[in-house]
Amino acid sequence: MTTVTDPPKASFQLSQLIYDTRYRSYTFQFIALMLLIALMAYLGANLVQNLADQGQNIAFGFLAEPSGYDINQRPIEYDSQSSHLRASIVGVLNTLIVAFLGCLTATILGVIAGVLRLSPNWLVRKLMAAYVEAFRNVPVLIWILIIFTIMTAVLPAPSAFRGENPDSSMLFDAFAFTNRGVYTPSPIWGAGSMVVVITFLASIAGAIYYRRYATKLLYDTGKLLPMGWPSLLILFVPSVLVYFVMGQPISLEYPELKGFNFGGGLHIRGSLIALWFALAIYTGAFIAENVRAGILAVSKGQTEAAASLGLRPNRIMNLVILPQALRVIIPPLISQYLNLTKNSSLAIAVGYMDVTGTLGGITLNQTGRAIECVLLLMLFYLTISLAISAVMNVYNKSIALKER
Amino acid sequence: MSKDNIAYHRTHMLPEAPPPATETGAVKWLRENLFSSVGNTVLTLVAAYFVVSLVISAAPWFLNGVWDSPSLSACREILDGATGACFAVLTERWNQLLFGFKYPSELYWRPTLAFVLLFAAIAPVLFIKYLPRKLLVVTGLYPFVAYWLIWGGTIMVPVMALLGTLFGVMVYRRTMTVSAGVAVLAGLVAALVFWWASGLVTGSMAGVMALEPVPSRDMGGFMINLMLGVICVSLSLPFGILLALGRQSSMPIIKWICVIFIEFIRGVPLITLLFVANVVLAYFLPPGTTFDLILRVIIMITMFASAYIAEVIRGGLAALPRGQYEAADSLGLDYAQSMQFIILPQALKISIPGIVNVAVGLFKDTTLVSVISMFDIVGMIRGPILASAEWNGVYWELFGFASVLFFIVCYGISQYSQWLERELQTDHR
Repeated sequence: MTTVTDPPKASFQLSQLIYDTRYRSYTFQFIALMLLIALMAYLGANLVQNLADQGQNIAFGFLAEPSGYDINQRPIEYDSQSSHLRASIVGVLNTLIVAFLGCLTATILGVIAGVLRLSPNWLVRKLMAAYVEAFRNVPVLIWILIIFTIMTAVLPAPSAFRGENPDSSMLFDAFAFTNRGVYTPSPIWGAGSMVVVITFLASIAGAIYYRRYATKLLYDTGKLLPMGWPSLLILFVPSVLVYFVMGQPISLEYPELKGFNFGGGLHIRGSLIALWFALAIYTGAFIAENVRAGILAVSKGQTEAAASLGLRPNRIMNLVILPQALRVIIPPLISQYLNLTKNSSLAIAVGYMDVTGTLGGITLNQTGRAIECVLLLMLFYLTISLAISAVMNVYNKSIALKER
Repeated sequence: MSKDNIAYHRTHMLPEAPPPATETGAVKWLRENLFSSVGNTVLTLVAAYFVVSLVISAAPWFLNGVWDSPSLSACREILDGATGACFAVLTERWNQLLFGFKYPSELYWRPTLAFVLLFAAIAPVLFIKYLPRKLLVVTGLYPFVAYWLIWGGTIMVPVMALLGTLFGVMVYRRTMTVSAGVAVLAGLVAALVFWWASGLVTGSMAGVMALEPVPSRDMGGFMINLMLGVICVSLSLPFGILLALGRQSSMPIIKWICVIFIEFIRGVPLITLLFVANVVLAYFLPPGTTFDLILRVIIMITMFASAYIAEVIRGGLAALPRGQYEAADSLGLDYAQSMQFIILPQALKISIPGIVNVAVGLFKDTTLVSVISMFDIVGMIRGPILASAEWNGVYWELFGFASVLFFIVCYGISQYSQWLERELQTDHR
């Protein structure tokens, strides 16, 4: 028996490409692809035409030529005879330095501010709310410029430290805050200092092992070993012993006034400090909100359930609240790290020589290779972003709720 | 023996006693909120010390502020060694801070009027529940009026642009019965053809109701930040929705185009995109075309914002239960209808906080244009004002002023979004 709903066995018609939902998607994709190719071809043709008109080409050979400019902060050996490539690498390292310092400081600030925003203390709560709102609602570029102004226009010149009755004095005789940057003591690694460092690293491993062992013992037998002071002992006693046995190989070099400037010690430039603190305080405000949201996301019932099991408050925090809150906090935290790294490109506004300042700034202006420089610059940031996203995806998978 | 005679048995109610002094009013509040434990007391004292010392150090600076003086040195003479701010820089350079240093001063009323009209234009959108829907016409007309006011020139250009848009919308409506995708394409093509055709006509009518034209390189100050913020956010919303829908699409080619675009834009800092606008984009345009820098910047910032908004809206789309999509299908709605009536209203509602975050972030990021030597408010401060002989050395007043402007706008937007979230809350609590 045939019914009227039998599909008509008509042959394929051209109109089906638009009206038939089975084929329509192919039509659209085809059109989209064609449009894309046309657009690319149009842009490419313009590019070739423009380059030909100006007698230019696309080539990366300029990277091997001597750069001819100096960089004031050099994590690796570099001078004006080094190549543009090396200048870019110095820039990349400087970006990574400020990003690492910024992320570390922002996390500390953000966690403290986020926890304090939930404090029962009214004054502290309001103060932290003011901090978060003030920094979230004002552009980070303005904060960078404000801190840079403090570093360069408000702090005293090194000459103010001179004389019998100087206008300024060093903090603890070790830290000098001048308008040319901050001078701090730097460690001098003498002979045998490696032994001390290795001992210290081994003690860290030992402390971690001890804590694991104590936890395992607790779960297996119910016997509770003390955790706090033994780990501190393991951490510091061997290193201190070895330090004295080896004859105090590590010493500190203090900054001193020499001529018109400070010499010795570690010199941290104002531009680095401005960028570092501005990024850290700005991102810290965002992290504070993430932390607060994460802690609030753990329902009150969890705290009450843990309390009714007889856990003490710090155990409740460590074993019940934090593991659940971290699951909410970490993904936005990592995207904040990513934002901070991208925002560090604002270094160009204060003359900190990060990769945007070297590759995207001076190298671009000197060689005139705009397309190549911007392309490399984008590739660098893209690589970092994608790498961090990949790590985050792996982490998210590992931490996702194991549902049965 | 009756109960009444028992000595220790009370026969009447005692009057209610007031709670102890430590458990009422301000004392109770202080005890609970500031001094509940030793640690808390310490925290309170530290915080109070911090606040008090901040106020003590900042108060004379504000109170002694000089509001009328031609230069920093004159200002210091008036202060005569006392601590005090030199707010005179704000009053003296007020117009530069707001409009830049080249905008013709007799025309300041035009951007000011455009700014005032902006409120009239966004009010119907922001308070759609409380204002009549017909007022949305004002919103629709605003971009064209604002363009005419800010850039000047003949009124025919915005009128033709408006007519072209209307024509495109009409074609879109007509072809909607075929399919949504075809309708979008047809509408776009119709509008483009209309604009191209109108370009032939308006050339000869340059004098019709013309305002004095102002080239965009003459604009500056906070005006640029506001313009970039408003234009780019409003342009990036539709693009962001399209990108988000494209990324959710079942058609692989369209999906991958959207994914690559979004991830690429989100992976690079805005500064590199501004570099592209500044030095690279010109290579990709036909030889001989000169594009306004501000237009190039608008294109790049819009691309940047659309990618972020697309991700926010994708989150909203993903948060909708699968049943909503299936329900729309089972009602027999096609893709465009189900998106328009079922999915997007709910997804956008979920996305409001995220969209507002992107908008606030974008508005703050408009200050980055100062890096590519555009004179927005930060560029004005760092360039012409701080470099001038009169005001070299006035930092806090200027940066403070810029911060306050941004704070007012951004805080206002985020407060509005929280209000809107409460308004739109339809679940029972």
